[in-house]
Amino acid sequence: MSWDWDVIIKYYPKLLDGALLTLELVLISGFIGVALAVPTALARVSPNRLISTLPFCFIYFFRGTPLLIQIFLIYYGASQFEAIRESSLWPILKEPYWCAIIAFSLNTAAYSAELFRGAIQAIPRGELEAADAFGMSWFKKTRRIVLPRAFGIALPGYGNEVVLMLKSSALASTITLLDLTGMARTIQARTYTPVELFTAAGVIYLVMAALVIGLFRMMESYFNRYQYYKPPIDPLGVEKQ
Amino acid sequence: MIDLHGFGHLLLAGTWVTVKLAVVSLIVGLIFGLLGAAAKLSDYKILRGIGTAYTTLVRGIPELLIVFAIYFGGSAIVMAIASWFGYDEYIEINPFMAGVTALSIAFGAYATEVFRMAILSIPKGQWESAQAMGMTPSKTFFRIILPQVWRVALPGLGNLFQVLLKDTALVSVVGLQDIIRQASTAVAATKEPFTFYLAAACIYLILTAIATGTTHWFERLSNPQARYKG
Repeated sequence: MSWDWDVIIKYYPKLLDGALLTLELVLISGFIGVALAVPTALARVSPNRLISTLPFCFIYFFRGTPLLIQIFLIYYGASQFEAIRESSLWPILKEPYWCAIIAFSLNTAAYSAELFRGAIQAIPRGELEAADAFGMSWFKKTRRIVLPRAFGIALPGYGNEVVLMLKSSALASTITLLDLTGMARTIQARTYTPVELFTAAGVIYLVMAALVIGLFRMMESYFNRYQYYKPPIDPLGVEKQ
Repeated sequence: MIDLHGFGHLLLAGTWVTVKLAVVSLIVGLIFGLLGAAAKLSDYKILRGIGTAYTTLVRGIPELLIVFAIYFGGSAIVMAIASWFGYDEYIEINPFMAGVTALSIAFGAYATEVFRMAILSIPKGQWESAQAMGMTPSKTFFRIILPQVWRVALPGLGNLFQVLLKDTALVSVVGLQDIIRQASTAVAATKEPFTFYLAAACIYLILTAIATGTTHWFERLSNPQARYKG
């Protein structure tokens, strides 16, 4: 076996195109996912069974089945019903791009909702009781106390979730999308140099994962700076005297 | 009830393949995880470097890419090794072996971290008292540390097994006849994708529920003091 650098150099721009699509999928479905996850998590912690059952089922289904089958259910499954094929949604549901985004968004929404639920339940009771004592309504308490506090608590865990999403976005290649994995696979089918191309793709994934981790470290040290605050040891200069 | 048009037995056959794949990968992956944890906690810098490189690389690369790299690239590598020994015929990697290798490499990297944390959580005094009893380090590890590590690591390993069970779906992409592949076969014949993929999803839900139950049972088993009622 000989290592062929030329293949990597020649197809590098193509792989970067694929990486761009991967980032696009992760970013768009990440935003939709968070937008869905916050209300889901709030409903999930509700003491009212009527409100918390539906989010529970949603989370249970999407966390208990493989992402691949969720993608197939949306991409292939939707075409089974006459009603969907004739509706105005069909131009969206027949595009692999939008199906991948829908599947990723719902999947990450379920995982993030569970994460946010943990964060909401980790807020010290006293802070919520204090908000109640001030006579805040549920809405005001959620907006001013619960969500900002849960954001800080969930941030490190959410960074992991984004890395996992980056990795699972490789599944988009199974429904013909040319993301980084799909691109590497298509090129290797032409050049028969699987080891070189998959290594190059792997390196790009590692760089992207490192960037995501770095970004979340920075965000955490900014938003959770109160945790790292060290008061000046000798503010009055007493010891110097 | 959903009408499966007589394809139910195919889905069951696929379930059996998925279960076999998951259990074999679990066993091999646990060995990788223990070796990785031993490397990461070793006194030698080179071993620590290898352990860190293994976990960092594997945890940053998609599992699907690992499956592809081993399925397509594995035969190139195995053929290169075989040609040193004078064997130049084409060697094809069996999808099951490729699947087990890829899944256990991925599982092992995450298990390494679980085992490492669990080993670190055992108080140092346990090592010291074993040494005072005259036990060798390997005897200490297998008799004193491992039984305790097991208990601490179980919940984490249970979560990882859930992930592994769902990752087995990836192997259908390289042609192994697992649940999803069999569902696709049925879809091609009946043109009812939603029905069959939903049925496959339900099988996965049942499998993950069984896995959770088994983990809880093992946790109870490994923790006699929690069962003791005086």
